[in-house]
Amino acid sequence: MSGVLTAAADLRRLVVRDLRREVRVLDGLIVNTALPVIIMVLFVYVFGGAITTGSSGLAYIDFVVPAVLLMSGGYGAALTAVNIAGDMTGGMIDRFRTLPIGGWVVPAGHVVASVLRNVAACGFALLAAVVLGFRPDASLADWGLVLALVAGYVLAMSSLAVLWGLLVKSTQAAGAFSFVVLFLPYLSDGVVPAETMPAVLRDFAYNQPVTPVVATLRSLLLDLPMGSSGVVAAVWLAGVVAVSAPIAAVLFRRRTAA
Amino acid sequence: MNVIHSTPLTDSVRARGLTKSFGGNKVLAGIDLTVPTGSLLALLGPNGSGKTTTVRILTTLLAPDGGTATVGGHDVTREGVAVRRMIGLTAQQATVDDLLTGRENLELFAGLYHLKGRRARRRAEELLERFDLAGAANRLVGTYSGGMRRRLDLAASMVSAPRILFLDEPTTGLDPRSRAELWSVIRELLASGTTILLTTQYLEEADQLADRVVVISGGRVVADDSPAALKRQVGTERLVLRLSATADAPRAAAALGTYAGVEERELTLALQGPDHLRRALDALHRAGVGVEHVELRTPTLDDVFFELTAAAA
Repeated sequence: MSGVLTAAADLRRLVVRDLRREVRVLDGLIVNTALPVIIMVLFVYVFGGAITTGSSGLAYIDFVVPAVLLMSGGYGAALTAVNIAGDMTGGMIDRFRTLPIGGWVVPAGHVVASVLRNVAACGFALLAAVVLGFRPDASLADWGLVLALVAGYVLAMSSLAVLWGLLVKSTQAAGAFSFVVLFLPYLSDGVVPAETMPAVLRDFAYNQPVTPVVATLRSLLLDLPMGSSGVVAAVWLAGVVAVSAPIAAVLFRRRTAA
Repeated sequence: MNVIHSTPLTDSVRARGLTKSFGGNKVLAGIDLTVPTGSLLALLGPNGSGKTTTVRILTTLLAPDGGTATVGGHDVTREGVAVRRMIGLTAQQATVDDLLTGRENLELFAGLYHLKGRRARRRAEELLERFDLAGAANRLVGTYSGGMRRRLDLAASMVSAPRILFLDEPTTGLDPRSRAELWSVIRELLASGTTILLTTQYLEEADQLADRVVVISGGRVVADDSPAALKRQVGTERLVLRLSATADAPRAAAALGTYAGVEERELTLALQGPDHLRRALDALHRAGVGVEHVELRTPTLDDVFFELTAAAA
């Protein structure tokens, strides 16, 4: 029991370290506060006028808010790869390894901090949406599910980011992952209706995790029927974490093996 | 060494026959070394000689392919956790967080050593004072000078008050003043009873600080001696002679007897005392060898290696 409490305290210290680092760099602050707002404004005002929402019949702002939430949270989550790669390629990991702590708290600290930061980033994006005229129709329980889903998406992306950050040998290469995660929502039903895409892209859009997550968020935020999308989204996100976390753990052990 | 420990150990670090290869590249080919408790051993060698690999094995960060090592009486491969509890390490790469302040770094490490809130803060404060960083405690480490960063790294290694400290090239890249400051910090740690193993490329540093010097080259120990004995072996100063004619070189070499090196028309001789200089010049004069230029310089690491590897051959 005391072992669990000690590990939890170690984890908390590393999370605090990560959050402190985040506010010390301008990039970090921008990614977590200004960028979500900018993306929201960009989609609603710049692209929104030119995009029709197809058979959904939604106003574009209602259509795109879930995708922008995922872009806002996902981009910062992907940058977890840079944080872990920084520790691994610099000397910090040697310092941590000589401390009486479980090695796993180092990547876990990055992941937990990422979830906190990037769920907050989604909050900023949502506030911006409300200012721009988005009027969600969700019960308290729905809001709880929205929070859980957004946190789950950020967790899944952070977990993949740790995996990527452990595979690469430099922080520059680690940064490349953020583009993958930033563009994933474009190739979903989140930004433009997938039904308007060419067949190959449409098939990809319907079979990647962002589409069911977006559909679920839409139904929760706008009080629309959910269908099977909630279950599909949950399975996708749980699956990504269940696959990537153990692989990341093995990679981390290998990279820090004596 | 009149240092009192709960479990008295004569030798804090003992390594026997350590070997390590990376790929097909043999980095350590059998390293033996012993650091008596309370003393400072300098591991002297050029880049790529195996210094860092040796330190990483002794600090449990790397497993050796062969050989054994104990640190504080514990086997480094089988009792890694016990070893880690006794040691501090300042690695070559900075192991402090640039985006935290000096104080935040030390408080983080104190916390991860499981000192409780107030004790962690007090420990950080003590170390900031001791390593002369109190004035910069609340500045981000990214703004520190090279010397300050090394001192903070050293302070971070001392958070748990380890009995045995490993310093991997602690002064490489520092300006002379920062180097001198770090030396005085290291001397204080030694005086307070800490056993220290430090690696260095600088003969002078080993001479200044070490009770004993182990010289390694190509993953082998080529000398294990006191700094004084080592200096006696390599001579105190180098006499560099440029001859008037290249053709005279063999004759000059013969006249001088033992010589350190000859390259074209330049001869380098390890001087054994001031009288040696006069005798050497006399010998050349008698042999009718013309000398164009005479220079005296202190021995460098290159000279040590030349001498030691030449003696071993």
